[in-house]
Amino acid sequence: MVTESDESRRDFLTLATGAVGAAGVAGAAWPFVKSWSPSADVLSQATTEVDVSGLAPGQMITVPWQGKPVFVLRRTPAQIEAARKADNEALPDPAKDADRAKKPEYLVLLALCTHLGCVPQPIGTGNFGGFLCPCHGSHYDTSGRIRQGPAPKNLPVPHYEFKDEKTLVIGKV
Amino acid sequence: MSKIMEWVDARLPVTELLKSQATEYPTPKNLNYWWNFGSLALLVLIIMIATGLFLAMHYKADANQSFDVVEHIMRDVNYGWLLRYAHANGASFFFMVVYVHILRGMYYGSYRQPREILWWFGIIIFFMMMGTAFMGYVLPWGQMSYWGAAVITNLMSAIPVIGEDLVVWIWGGFSVGDPTLNRFFALHFLLPLVIFGVVILHLWALHAVHSNNPDGIDLHDAKDSIPFHPYYTIKDFYGYGIFMIIFCIFVFYAPNFFLEPDNYIPANPMQTPAHIVPEWYFLPFYAILRSIDFLGSFSKLAGVLAMVGAIMILFVLPFLDRSPVRSFRYRPLSKQLFWIFVVDCIVLGWVGYNPADATIFNGALPLIIIGRTCTAIYFGYFFLLWAITALDIEKHQPVPKSI
Ligand code: HEM
Ligand code: FES
Repeated sequence: MVTESDESRRDFLTLATGAVGAAGVAGAAWPFVKSWSPSADVLSQATTEVDVSGLAPGQMITVPWQGKPVFVLRRTPAQIEAARKADNEALPDPAKDADRAKKPEYLVLLALCTHLGCVPQPIGTGNFGGFLCPCHGSHYDTSGRIRQGPAPKNLPVPHYEFKDEKTLVIGKV
Repeated sequence: MSKIMEWVDARLPVTELLKSQATEYPTPKNLNYWWNFGSLALLVLIIMIATGLFLAMHYKADANQSFDVVEHIMRDVNYGWLLRYAHANGASFFFMVVYVHILRGMYYGSYRQPREILWWFGIIIFFMMMGTAFMGYVLPWGQMSYWGAAVITNLMSAIPVIGEDLVVWIWGGFSVGDPTLNRFFALHFLLPLVIFGVVILHLWALHAVHSNNPDGIDLHDAKDSIPFHPYYTIKDFYGYGIFMIIFCIFVFYAPNFFLEPDNYIPANPMQTPAHIVPEWYFLPFYAILRSIDFLGSFSKLAGVLAMVGAIMILFVLPFLDRSPVRSFRYRPLSKQLFWIFVVDCIVLGWVGYNPADATIFNGALPLIIIGRTCTAIYFGYFFLLWAITALDIEKHQPVPKSI
């Protein structure tokens, strides 16, 4: 005869077996899931060096960093001036220009629109004298801050340092 | 021959299965041509798997080679151009056929009790088709492939907290790149076979409850139905003939009609084309995504939710419709709502095709306003269908007792 205590014992054993099985499956799935994360060789391409000595004021270049485009712009005094002036306006994602450019002359931006990741067009294409993202019409100013359109945030400033007067290193060494 | 079949049948009842599920399978006698689209979808799925399999024998998934390899298939491989054009156009025709198939179900109330599970399998197939087509479009590694992949994968970044990490995980890097291309190829190969499996479940669910019909009524006596063979085999084959004529006109005479010129430019991660558009079959959903732009920093997440919701809502459709009558033939209000819905989807597609900041009437009317209105109408359909049936606003016409 099956008693009540037998049944609850069985229920417990079934549950315990199920739990161990589920944990095992989750453990076995982990390597598969993890195999999708960036591999060691991808992670190793962490920095890009750029020679900025050839840039004329107002000139901009696009350089690849970790497979992503980075804008390096040597700003004209007028562009710096415009960016500083806008510091005190109501910005969707408030930030001071001085915090975004280590040297006011050089603006370094990760050129991926914070909306859905298109590459904005070069300096001077958007309203506010900055960059226009063609995909859904986001406008960034001369500091790369979002001013108009669907993008929620400013263009990110990647980690960068000036190794010497003319060499810019993008990324963390 | 019959001896052999007897031997087999004693071990595996093949004859019985064919009889009960195919040749003598009872089918409503009043099915119209809208009922051809299910078997048409199966035909296209088979074309896609056959051409895809043979394309895969020449294709290489590699960010440095894929673009050239597709051109190599087009120019050097014997009949490679045919395989690729049939496959690329087949995707468009697949969606056309399936959209008609879905709308057929919505008009004749095929999603209603007792066909909910059948309907759900259908939506699951539709979901997987969208995933498959999206990943397939990435494979030629042109500018549209690349930027389509970038924009769509970036949608995930809208998910709070884990979004950013999730996107890096999907990419296998810090942008769409070689690892992304490789895994998309593997999944693009696998998913259609999974779809095939779900199609079998779809048919199982169909045969368990049998076909709906234009009158939307249950069949009562044997006089209401006819055997599938030869009546519907011949009708389905007739449909195949018409379909193949139209399909071949595109494959042979206008193979690039559905393809974007920009996708003949190799992928360039450093530059986005001035105007990126998804494939036509994603346009209505893309328009819904873009129409939510008035919620500030919530816009992105809300847009994604609206887009996903536009499909998810189909799952609950069987419970929204409370009318005692299935077929819209006898439901005057539902019928009008239905046609507004169809036109609305087409307008959404047109909005999705145009740039986000486009206007009409010399700037007097921004398209975004039309997009928002149409998005509201899209969801409004489901709400109103519920309202007029649940609150008994619709008075249905007399329904015939038998076919
Ligand atoms: C649900 C069925 C399928 C759909 C909707 C679909 C869709 C697509 C699309 C839209 C493309 C891009 C075509 C272009 O612009 O060139 C494509 C490419 C490709 N597909 Fe599929 N596909 C399906 C099934 C398959 C299967 C089963 C295989 C392999 C066994 C396959 C292998 C390929 C290959 C190798 C390419 C790259 C060559 C090319 O771009 O033409 N596909 N697919
Ligand atoms: S990706 Fe830039 S505006 Fe949408």
